[in-house]
Amino acid sequence: MTQIIVTGILLSGTYALIALGLTLQYGVARIMNLANGETLVAGCFIAMWLFTTLTINPIVGLLLIAPAAFAANWAVYRVALEPLVKRAKNRGQLEVDSILATFGLLFLFQGMMLLTFGGEYFNYTFLAQRFDIFGSGFGLNRVVAFAAAVVIAVGLYIFLYHTRYGTAMRAVSADPKSANLVAIDVARTAAIAFALGGALTACGGALLSTFYTFNASMGVVFTMKALIIVIMGGVGDVRGAVLAAIILGVAETAVASLIDPSLTLAATYTLFIVVLLFRPQGIFGRPTS
Amino acid sequence: MNSLSQKEIIIGIGGVLAFALAACLPLVDQGYYLSLAVNITLYAALCTAWTLFSGPTHYVSLATAAFFGLGTYAVALWVDVLPFPLLVAFGALAAGALAGIVGAATLRLSGVYFVIFTLGLAELVRQIVTWAQATFTTRMGLYVFTDLREMHIFWMLLALTAVIFLTGWLINRSRLGFAMRIIGDDETVARHVGIDTAKSKIVLFIISGAFIGIAGAICAPRYGYIQPTSAFNPMTSFLVVIMALLGGTRKLWGPIVGVIPFVILMDFITVRFSNYMPVAMGLSFLAIVFLLPNGVTGRLEQAWNKFQSRKSAPSSTETAA
Amino acid sequence: MKRRTLFAAAICAAGLTLAPAAFAQDVIKIGASAPKTGPLGGGGAMTHWPNIELWVHEINEAGGLQVGDRQMTIELIEYDDQTNPEIAIQNIQRLATIDNVDFIVTPYSTGINIATAPMIAQHGYPHITTSAATDGVAEFAQRWPNSFWMLGTATQLAVGAVEAFSKLRDAGEIGDTVALLYVGDAFGQEHINAAKPLLLEAGFDIVYEASYPFGTQDVAPIIAAAKAAEPDSFMAFSYPGDTFALTEQAQIQGLEVGAFYTGVGTAFPSFRDRFGDAAEGIMGIGGVNLDDPKVADYFDRHEELTGSEPDYWASATTYAGLQVLAQAIEETGSLDRAAVIETIQNGTFDTVIGTIDFVDNVNPNVWTVGQWRDGKFVAVAADGIAVGAEPVVKPAW
Repeated sequence: MTQIIVTGILLSGTYALIALGLTLQYGVARIMNLANGETLVAGCFIAMWLFTTLTINPIVGLLLIAPAAFAANWAVYRVALEPLVKRAKNRGQLEVDSILATFGLLFLFQGMMLLTFGGEYFNYTFLAQRFDIFGSGFGLNRVVAFAAAVVIAVGLYIFLYHTRYGTAMRAVSADPKSANLVAIDVARTAAIAFALGGALTACGGALLSTFYTFNASMGVVFTMKALIIVIMGGVGDVRGAVLAAIILGVAETAVASLIDPSLTLAATYTLFIVVLLFRPQGIFGRPTS
Repeated sequence: MNSLSQKEIIIGIGGVLAFALAACLPLVDQGYYLSLAVNITLYAALCTAWTLFSGPTHYVSLATAAFFGLGTYAVALWVDVLPFPLLVAFGALAAGALAGIVGAATLRLSGVYFVIFTLGLAELVRQIVTWAQATFTTRMGLYVFTDLREMHIFWMLLALTAVIFLTGWLINRSRLGFAMRIIGDDETVARHVGIDTAKSKIVLFIISGAFIGIAGAICAPRYGYIQPTSAFNPMTSFLVVIMALLGGTRKLWGPIVGVIPFVILMDFITVRFSNYMPVAMGLSFLAIVFLLPNGVTGRLEQAWNKFQSRKSAPSSTETAA
Repeated sequence: MKRRTLFAAAICAAGLTLAPAAFAQDVIKIGASAPKTGPLGGGGAMTHWPNIELWVHEINEAGGLQVGDRQMTIELIEYDDQTNPEIAIQNIQRLATIDNVDFIVTPYSTGINIATAPMIAQHGYPHITTSAATDGVAEFAQRWPNSFWMLGTATQLAVGAVEAFSKLRDAGEIGDTVALLYVGDAFGQEHINAAKPLLLEAGFDIVYEASYPFGTQDVAPIIAAAKAAEPDSFMAFSYPGDTFALTEQAQIQGLEVGAFYTGVGTAFPSFRDRFGDAAEGIMGIGGVNLDDPKVADYFDRHEELTGSEPDYWASATTYAGLQVLAQAIEETGSLDRAAVIETIQNGTFDTVIGTIDFVDNVNPNVWTVGQWRDGKFVAVAADGIAVGAEPVVKPAW
């Protein structure tokens, strides 16, 4: 039993890494980023490249990957997405436009990675030692990734709830029009949120690459998972996303251990659909009128 | 029901001629162009059926793959024991029933929640089918071997597209279509004037889903080998949304205007830029979003209005002179 | 694009038949359609495309194929099917009726091979499949007499795995209990259907059995449950991502078994690179006999040209399939497809995976199980051909 819970919580760390970036991008910048998974896979590739050619430890590599991803996502937002935000007359219009545009970005990024790295499966060995918790063995790389997820989630929470800039971001998330009235630069805040989200996602990818086997075309798998977690947690809600990640991680592990491993994904989607039906605004979300 | 106006008769005759002409294609080419035409017709049927519901309601549904897959499975499971037309009907029933259940449960969800819900639903159905097959049968892949050739599938899909168009046109003329237009403009107003908005939307969703199910059933013999991953491919849902939006969803014939250039463009990219396919596809997507914000039909309407106003301007000076 | 559309429309409208292939050519046009993107893009990039590249390069370096009295080089036309059967069908049609290719290289994966088979048969091309390991092959070969099946059947592969386990058990190296896992798709299902009765028949005791969804990489609970059943051996019919994940978890959780078998991906050189010394003794689908100088030579050439080592399973078969095609064309002495099909049906061919002699269009001689031994994935079980070594018990992690 303890093993199920520990395994589930370690898994939820992975899920939180996948989803935290998207919840910012979607919640604050209002971009349903279908290319989120590609950013994650790009993080995987860069971490692997740093490790195998320059022997830079992936944890140290985060210091390079995070600012690079921040800059790249900033540029993507400014060039490709901001014109759509300005053009959109309402939220629905932006939703449709951003689905189409980020679908294009998905292919563009995937194509560039295919051209650079080819389509094969990749992985490398980093901290694949045994680490004992309550007498059962777990991968040290997963434990490290989990610890990093905790650090990132707590850091993000403090940033959003205890700094001026974070408060501005939450204000934009809640209501861009009113945020504008209280002298918040909405466009700039949205761009930063999108870039920050991209940086988090790329860091998640770098950590995941230490224990996942990946290739250039599997980004969409991560995007799906991230979307589920973000919607379950409530769009733009960091606490909700973390809770959703924990619920999914523990539920999947429990189903795999106690019922039937072939039903894990079915369990995920059932949970997701139940949450959507009864709390469409997310676990912590307040009902909107 | 009103009698037909002259314009409608002309459009009707034009439509019948267009379909008749298209149906002659297999007499001209049985090779590549027929295959391309099958794919175009398939997506024309799917996108038009999708637009029947999503056009007036503005709900973006990603459940296409679920309906399509159910249709495919209806054929694959019983192709050796029951006649094909009956199985196509089964496909329609199964997909329609799923649409009814989903509609009843979720149409109160707004905008993006509906989008994600339908996406999740398609995946859930796939997982359940996979699990059921693994648990209750001994085979995961199902073989569908029939005597149907590429041209038969083309004719069936073409007929289906025609039926969808006819249905869409009848709905537009009916009370349901009228109700949908009011709902699309303002749902609160619709409720106030006594329209049962939920029921109208569910009925429309069922019709749309059933047609998509039929399309899936027709395509089963083309694949030959049916697996959950290919029958419930989420890419189908995304492609349908994109092509329909590219064409424009405000007119019944809007999606088809998107489907034809899109399928041809995809094919062109596959052929010319084999190794750069994803990059080229990504760039063309971005171009579509930036250059054609209201879809091709939106752009056409714009051009038409401009043309009309330009035409009327000089003629008015003429009368003045 | 617009011009193209008009062009296409013009052809349709005018009802022109397309110009037949030019006659006095010294180029053989060969078409290939397989995934570069989509879920199987990874497998295609590993196993399929590099071998086509190698084959075309080598033939053209040597001055081409000797067809009758002409020396003909190869022109390759390649399309991405995006792992999508609709696009694959369209690609085959395009190759056949627009590009007018002389021959078509097999598509990749069981599903897409079957989806395109009717089309390839309709145009009369020989269809030498090298990436479909399924029990349906006899039926398909009968349905499409132009199709040839080289990778073996699920039953053959399962028989090999059970044989290797039985040998170890009979030698007293491992006990009777086995944990059994499979991925929840057609591949996993067919293999488990074949393997399970064989294991029971051989007197094994299945103490844990489970399937998991395609794409699962978080297998910690599955390995934990398998470990709790305390098996003497472990057999999983898995795909690359989960093969790596299962092995890693087994290592971390200390699942100590005398025989450890995983599915597709075990034969990848990257598997050895990933697990290093821990890979020693792990068994999996595939294997080659590197004592055979032809195989060793093929490995060298592959690495030299494509820059990467081939995988130790379907790569050699894919290359061998292309060798069969080339030899059949030369032997026939013309580009007449029907004649080439007949040559393939009746001839014998000397390839990197040994002599190929199709029996009812199916190649019966395949390596079925490989085992990592000193950095090489050596065939330890086979049907109809020589193995490289006998299976040995796996050392502790």
